Amino acid sequence: MNCRSVVRELSSYLDGELDTSLQQSIEIHLEHCEDCHLLVDTTKKTIQIFCNSEPLPLSDDVRSRLHDALVKRLHKPRS
Amino acid sequence: MEPAHAKLAGSQANSPDNEAALVASAKAGDVDAFETLVNRYERKIFRLTQHITQNTEDAQDASQEAFLKAFEHLGEFQGNSRFYTWLVRIAVNQALMKLRKRHTRDISLDQDIETEDNFMPREIEDWGPSPEQRYAQDELAGILSHVIGELEPPFRTVFQLRDIEELSTEETAEALGLSVPAVKSRLLRARLKLREKLNRYFRKGIAQ
Repeated sequence: MNCRSVVRELSSYLDGELDTSLQQSIEIHLEHCEDCHLLVDTTKKTIQIFCNSEPLPLSDDVRSRLHDALVKRLHKPRS
Repeated sequence: MEPAHAKLAGSQANSPDNEAALVASAKAGDVDAFETLVNRYERKIFRLTQHITQNTEDAQDASQEAFLKAFEHLGEFQGNSRFYTWLVRIAVNQALMKLRKRHTRDISLDQDIETEDNFMPREIEDWGPSPEQRYAQDELAGILSHVIGELEPPFRTVFQLRDIEELSTEETAEALGLSVPAVKSRLLRARLKLREKLNRYFRKGIAQ
């Protein structure tokens, strides 16, 4: 296992999709490679920050316009 | 290791039973039930279309059209997937149509994107304290919106569906008309690019 292989398998490793032996090889490499350890840590944080982010709040104006238009169309009798 | 996607238990959780009941009522013509679904998902759908189109007006139109299309085609929803996943697919298509209209010459999400096999990340630094603790919620939301907007659309869209909307690789591939290997390749590049962009804000010792 080298740094290039860690980068190639990074997504699958973070998503828990690797088989046990490959996962263990990466973990052994991470124990000794500071750069790869930081890369895994900060990439994992990147995903988690986005994953946990709340949707940007809609402004009242945008929200009410979107909603009014929808309600108007939804309640329109179907021809 | 624990998958990076693991969320706090219960956060943003919506009862699937309740959702199924609302969908069933809406299918039977109950507009109020559909409005409840709209209220539940409009912010997330707007975020999705905003991130894809990077244009507020287009995002509003795409969101609105997605909900209307969903309502009109509700009879075709078989319940094999979550209603939200189905809605996301519709919203992505609406947003991509808007994006293509504005960028007819330089946007093609289904073309082969060259991904360098030898891509190696730069700027590998410790981030120190949790970014969520270092920035106020709206400030952090602004940073995330800005950096994702800097990604090229093919990478942005895959990241959005996989890591924000939490669709599976297969669902993402289906929604975007891509192969599973293409989704995986773009997702890796998107994650690495975003990590590098966020490093500017989150690296240890950066002044607040």
